[in-house]
Amino acid sequence: MLSSLAGVLFDGFAYGMLLFLLSVGLSVTLGMMNFVNLAHCTFAAVGGYCTVSLVNRLGWPFLAALPMAFLAGALASVVLERILFRRLYRASDLDQCLVTIGIAFMSIATFAWFYTTEPQSTRPPAYLLGSIELMGRSFGVYRLFLAAMGLAITALLVYSLEYTRFGARVRAAVDNQRMARGLGIDVDRAFLFTFALGGGLAGLGGALAIEVIGLESTLPLSVILVYVLIVVAVGGLGSIRGSLVAAIVLGITDTAGKYYFPWLGAFLIYLVMVALLMWRPLGLFGKR
Amino acid sequence: MANAKRLEVVFWLGTLLPFVLTPNYLSLASQIAITALFALSLDLILGYAGIVSLGHAAFFGVGAYAAGLIAKHYWTEPLSGLLIAGILAGLLGYALSHIVVRFRHLALIMLTMGFGLLLAEAANSAHDLTGGADGLQGFRVPGLLGFKFDMFGKTAYAYSLGLLFLCFLICRRIIHSPFGLALKGIRENAIRMPAIGAPSLSHLRKAYTMAAVMAGLAGAALTHTTSTVSLDVLSFGRSADVLVILILGGAGRLYGGLIGAIIYMVARDQFSGVNPQYWYFWIGLLLVAVVMFLPNGILGGLSRFLKPKN
Repeated sequence: MLSSLAGVLFDGFAYGMLLFLLSVGLSVTLGMMNFVNLAHCTFAAVGGYCTVSLVNRLGWPFLAALPMAFLAGALASVVLERILFRRLYRASDLDQCLVTIGIAFMSIATFAWFYTTEPQSTRPPAYLLGSIELMGRSFGVYRLFLAAMGLAITALLVYSLEYTRFGARVRAAVDNQRMARGLGIDVDRAFLFTFALGGGLAGLGGALAIEVIGLESTLPLSVILVYVLIVVAVGGLGSIRGSLVAAIVLGITDTAGKYYFPWLGAFLIYLVMVALLMWRPLGLFGKR
Repeated sequence: MANAKRLEVVFWLGTLLPFVLTPNYLSLASQIAITALFALSLDLILGYAGIVSLGHAAFFGVGAYAAGLIAKHYWTEPLSGLLIAGILAGLLGYALSHIVVRFRHLALIMLTMGFGLLLAEAANSAHDLTGGADGLQGFRVPGLLGFKFDMFGKTAYAYSLGLLFLCFLICRRIIHSPFGLALKGIRENAIRMPAIGAPSLSHLRKAYTMAAVMAGLAGAALTHTTSTVSLDVLSFGRSADVLVILILGGAGRLYGGLIGAIIYMVARDQFSGVNPQYWYFWIGLLLVAVVMFLPNGILGGLSRFLKPKN
């Protein structure tokens, strides 16, 4: 049991990094505009299908397809934001929920139309497969790659949000939108960029997730959406640190639960979520 | 007002037409009546009390499983099973209401969804009790008051319709009572209502419990008319579907859920047979269109269309 612990922790950490990529965009946009976007996983599916098309049909290398998945997710989110979502910032949270569920429904049917309902898959290059020996234990190379990607992107995000002018604007808009507007910050523009960034990260997450959780047309409303929402709600709206902690904890709990208590299913996860939300409705690191 | 009442009478007389006009579709009609009752129960908390719930199927499922377990292990008389299922769902609703009414916005949505998912996982795990993913089978509800549940669904539709009508009358009475008015007031401003003598939280708790009872009754009726319970009764999809149905019809106007259920179920029956995976595209499009252009649903749009002068 103990010998498997390191493996479970590592796999859980890699899975948590994936969840973090998928959910951080939603956390920031929710915190900024109070916009409940249940269609967030649509961007992940866009990224995933973009990768499948590029790699399987056009023969691109996997690593070159990843930036395209980012761009595809960002593009999809910008288009939706401009056409639809921006009209709903002042609407009730029920209306926001409904429209975004509607979008998710439509995207599921659209993916099924173009890619059938069969699960799609793509092989990462050989050097990302298999496992390597480290200190007498074997680690999956792809999981190492996931963890490294996750850490690198976290570092990049923290840098760009903490130490750049763009980041300062975004943080100001999240903390106090009216004050930020008063100081001459173009909140709408900052929000559009954040939205694109969040959608792009989700797209990248979707591409990286193909190897781990697969890619089906129902992804936008699957259990992954529930996990993303859990990360956002538990971590606290608009808090990157909160999302990171919540995603890693969720990833490790889920992996450990599947390994040690398979009969419980996702029961444990939902129970912890409900308990945490009752204890702190604003999330662990939420401010408002 | 008299005009509205006449319309109501016409509507309820119209619900009897399937017996004569479409005798081959009575099982569908029965499903519609059950879905309408489920949507009506959601209307009570969402349309009138303003509680957004993405986990309303929890009560539907509890009612369905309670009725199924009673029929399988104890007796197959439906009316008493219906009653017990409603009471059990109501007890769960009352217990959860203490938590649910304290939250708003994202936490409320996540909590209602979380409770729904918890119950679905529990039912999936408790394989010995519920049959898990295979569903609860191996029982048969023979009939109601001497009438047999046959394959044509005549008794089934009469049963579901009668239940719907009864619950509708109760709902109508609640809505037009001072309590119902207070609920609407709480929906508009939960902080001001206690100041004029309507305690917000306890009113919301009562409404939530009533809605849970009604959802449980709907679930039990589904079990009785189909003689099987699948895990689907607790699924997130069912919670989302009933929300869509209510919004399409128009929340907060009693008949919204009924009209929505008729349109949604008939359309699904007609279109989803052709290409089931694309059915959701049109539902999604309809949902977006209704929220963007018809804020009060189909009924709201109709009433605005009929009375342009006001």
